[in-house]
Amino acid sequence: MVNTKVNLSGWELDNPIIPASGTFGYGYEYAELYDINILGSFSFKGTTLEPRFGNPTPRIAETPNGMINSVGLQNPGVDAVIAEELPKLRKCFNKKVIANIGGFAVDEFVKIVEKLDKEDIVGLHEVNISCPNLHKGGKNFGTDADAAYEVTKAVKKVASKPVYIKLTPNVTDIASIAKAVEEAGADGISLINTLLGMRINKRTRKPIIANKMGGFSGSAIFPVALRCVYQVYEAVKIPIIGMGGVSSAEDVIEMMMAGATAVEVGAYNLVNPYGSKEIVLDLPRVMEKYRIENLCDIIGGAH
Amino acid sequence: MKQSLFTVDYNVKLTFDVYKMRLVGDTSDITKPGQFINIKLDGFYLRRPISVFDCDESAVTIIYKVVGEGTEYMASLGKGKTLDVLTGLGNGFDVEKCGQKVLLIGGGVGVPPMFYLAKKLLSAGKTVSMIMGFNKESEVFAKEDFEALGIKTLVTTVDGSVGIKGFVTNAMDEVEYDCICTCGPEPMLKAVYDASKTTGFFSFEERMGCGFGACMGCSCKTKYGNKRICKDGPILVKEEIIW
Repeated sequence: MVNTKVNLSGWELDNPIIPASGTFGYGYEYAELYDINILGSFSFKGTTLEPRFGNPTPRIAETPNGMINSVGLQNPGVDAVIAEELPKLRKCFNKKVIANIGGFAVDEFVKIVEKLDKEDIVGLHEVNISCPNLHKGGKNFGTDADAAYEVTKAVKKVASKPVYIKLTPNVTDIASIAKAVEEAGADGISLINTLLGMRINKRTRKPIIANKMGGFSGSAIFPVALRCVYQVYEAVKIPIIGMGGVSSAEDVIEMMMAGATAVEVGAYNLVNPYGSKEIVLDLPRVMEKYRIENLCDIIGGAH
Repeated sequence: MKQSLFTVDYNVKLTFDVYKMRLVGDTSDITKPGQFINIKLDGFYLRRPISVFDCDESAVTIIYKVVGEGTEYMASLGKGKTLDVLTGLGNGFDVEKCGQKVLLIGGGVGVPPMFYLAKKLLSAGKTVSMIMGFNKESEVFAKEDFEALGIKTLVTTVDGSVGIKGFVTNAMDEVEYDCICTCGPEPMLKAVYDASKTTGFFSFEERMGCGFGACMGCSCKTKYGNKRICKDGPILVKEEIIW
């Protein structure tokens, strides 16, 4: 009997499998398909202070072994999430969730965290300072170590629950950003967000995505994500939630060996709606294959 | 929604770039006309959402156009090939709400979902007429299928090579109706919307990520709030549409 339990800043998860924000809504779409309590947890749709419709369509393009999205954080806003989405979620999920938070200014992040911190169902905050689809009118917190430090520090002041900062890979040195948020008091780091990418429709000679560029995800980006997790693990002591292209229990093991304590599954949920559940069910078999008894023993094992 | 394996029974060319494929498998989740299926193809990351042309207990038939590499690959598939398919996606047409004299209007590959809808409307005892619009005669398909249902079937072509010359809207005055159901390119939907004197149900298309409401890739604004074409649509009621 293998042990799949992992621990994120004092929160024990039955297993490290966490559907990633933006691919799992507020959970209940998937609860129609399977009992989502099988998951370690999940990270809900990126939530902003005000409601957002997001970007114009087309928002989706395909790539070899992946996809590009330019949704632009469509969500009903934090108040509606608390009033309408979380009650629905509580009916189908009896574990804690990761609150994924998006914003355009430091005080926006602070206000959202203040509100969500009071919700019992929230296990930790995952502060997204790295969405590639938002660049109008907001500072790009994820690509500047000082800005990343500033937002982390501000959010930590109002949060009673652990704060994880979600980083972008679209930087020269991800380890330096990771160090900055650790120094600012972050309890952990989530990475990676999507890579900036694009596709062109050769028939119309125009970009496929209405916003021209978008976030590239899917199994194609797994090696980049793995490399980032490996680099950040060397740079910081706080736990890492690793993600980017994870599509199998084999990928989960590899991501943990690079340094991840837990692993998020993103785009794979969209092409295989039962994907996260299948990974959870397959994990013990793959652990036995590699003679792993306690999953937490392999975290950072490749270093 | 159900995920299951289907086997290609046949996959035949109807016109220059339009194909008809019959897929044998579990169709129990296809509960309404106007719903679509989402097909996983080897070597392609995203599934391909395709409307249902016809459906019975053991098979679903689709008619699709080759518009890119994915559908090009689909066109190459032969009998016996198995495909991972999500079925029963989208809200579909509500036959009960469709009135008594229903005018169906399809443009190009917007024609196929009208066929399964026509069958369901007829079995609900309603009067059905069909207008199908194409660019030219060589693009026309499925006309005989509609005629075989015994319903009034009008063809329009932009170049006048067959049927009524012009757009589907040029044929609308020749039919008596109290409700419209339509699917086709967005400019056609808009023209039908403007020309229609009654309520109606409009089936929209959008690039999708997942097809089941999770990714918010295909959102649109309506008078009744934001909707996902894949989950809250693809059918929108006339009164809610914002162009």
